[in-house]
Amino acid sequence: MSTQVLFGQLLVGLINGSFYALMALGFAVIFGLLGIINIAQGTFYMIGAFGGWMLLNYFGLGYWWGIVIAPIIAGITGMALEKTLISRMYKLDHIYGLLLTYGLMMFIMGMFIYFFQTAPRPYPVPPELSGGYNLGFMFLPKYRAWVVLVSVVFCFGTWYVIERTPVGRNLRAATENPMLTRAFGINVPALLTFGFGVGVALAGLAGVLAGPITSVSPIMGGDLVIVVFAIVVVGGMQSILGAVVTGLSLGLLEGLTKVLYAPAANMVIFVIMFIVLLVKPAGLFGQEK
Amino acid sequence: MAELSLAISDLHAYYGDSHILHGVTLDVPAGEVVTIVGRNGAGKTTTLRSIMGMIEKRTGSINISGRNVIASPPEKIARLGVAYVPEERGIYATLDVTENLLLPRKVNDSGMSIEDIYKLFPNLEMRKKSQGTKLSGGEQQMLAIGRVLRTGASLFLLDEPTEGLAPVIVQQIGKAIELMKSQGHTILLVEQNFRFAAKITDRHYVMERGRIIDMIPRAEVEKRASQIQQYLGI
Repeated sequence: MSTQVLFGQLLVGLINGSFYALMALGFAVIFGLLGIINIAQGTFYMIGAFGGWMLLNYFGLGYWWGIVIAPIIAGITGMALEKTLISRMYKLDHIYGLLLTYGLMMFIMGMFIYFFQTAPRPYPVPPELSGGYNLGFMFLPKYRAWVVLVSVVFCFGTWYVIERTPVGRNLRAATENPMLTRAFGINVPALLTFGFGVGVALAGLAGVLAGPITSVSPIMGGDLVIVVFAIVVVGGMQSILGAVVTGLSLGLLEGLTKVLYAPAANMVIFVIMFIVLLVKPAGLFGQEK
Repeated sequence: MAELSLAISDLHAYYGDSHILHGVTLDVPAGEVVTIVGRNGAGKTTTLRSIMGMIEKRTGSINISGRNVIASPPEKIARLGVAYVPEERGIYATLDVTENLLLPRKVNDSGMSIEDIYKLFPNLEMRKKSQGTKLSGGEQQMLAIGRVLRTGASLFLLDEPTEGLAPVIVQQIGKAIELMKSQGHTILLVEQNFRFAAKITDRHYVMERGRIIDMIPRAEVEKRASQIQQYLGI
């Protein structure tokens, strides 16, 4: 096979891995902090993409506005849902949160299908990022390099905020012992709302980034969430580092499998999940309880 | 900041369906050290957790300097200037020693600086980058107490601060509590170590099966020694 094909597929894998990492990171933040398995993570990805598309088509605001405003829209939508619905699940078993977010996903997706139908809508690459670089061994489209860059910056940024700042200190404390953390004067319920907002805003950001590559459609996040769920299980449900590393590497592995044996590409991530669950049930970066 | 006083009357508290406190009434005047003694399971820890707002199902009244906080969430109560040192110490594994110290939100600027806390407990400074739960039991207790000295709180709820500690560490903890007292702070102490508590306590409440059954002021401790021993089942 030519190196063009190999590197081309690895690049696709890296792009997918970037989306996986952003989505899985948001998923892990939400599960760690709230104990909610957010099946609606793919819906916020779709909301992010549609947010960008609507800003462009209804308000004439281009990509650079979209990538800032659309994740915020996704985040605010998420915070409103957390305050009104999701916060009622905290005292119940994880399964109730999963069912609620599953229902939210069906409802929101249904509304979008009703108003926008399922046909994909184009969301153009901004002129500043069209074209690409010829690296000799492969052609690298500028937009794809941008996606990887943004993903890496936000993954690192999220890690930095959680591990190195006072807000992150409060978040970690609230994750570990919420009641005692409240007794130290920290408003944990507000922190949970904020954490949920950040977690879904990361999915929204992935959605806007994906818009120019995959086009925008109400059903765009549906399949992705299954893969992201598998990635988070492999990485370790609450592990920030696990979500990022596993997201990127499984994206690459998926791309590599496409080159070696294409029919297996769609299932390789699930095979890995199966093996990890057998060998290390808490995930590669998870803490055994 | 004026020292806080605490007045509890007819406090009932429940864990799920089990009724733990059956009408607790006690007073902690501003600037005094009050100790609750009693056997295991009498409801001492539940009393402290109720004051802190950490027990959801509770009725009666809890007045902190005249403000009834029976319906307030823990973060509101903490921000009035109430600090809690739990029996299990509550050191965070995901935070290092310095982060554990910095976690409780300051209520004003009258608290100790990190440097002063390290001076009081030099062990902590040597281990400031260690994960909180990697410390020894004694160091964890120093951290649990040091942590609340920074906030500027003036009502301290201390749950068995000397439990399971070596005598030399008990001395250090005792020094910290005496320091709080000398600064005029109000302290509600739960303590099994009666000899330790008696040295600093202004009044003892005796608790049994979720009720206060007796109050012994400092002046009567010696006279009623045998009765106290009976209460504690020694």
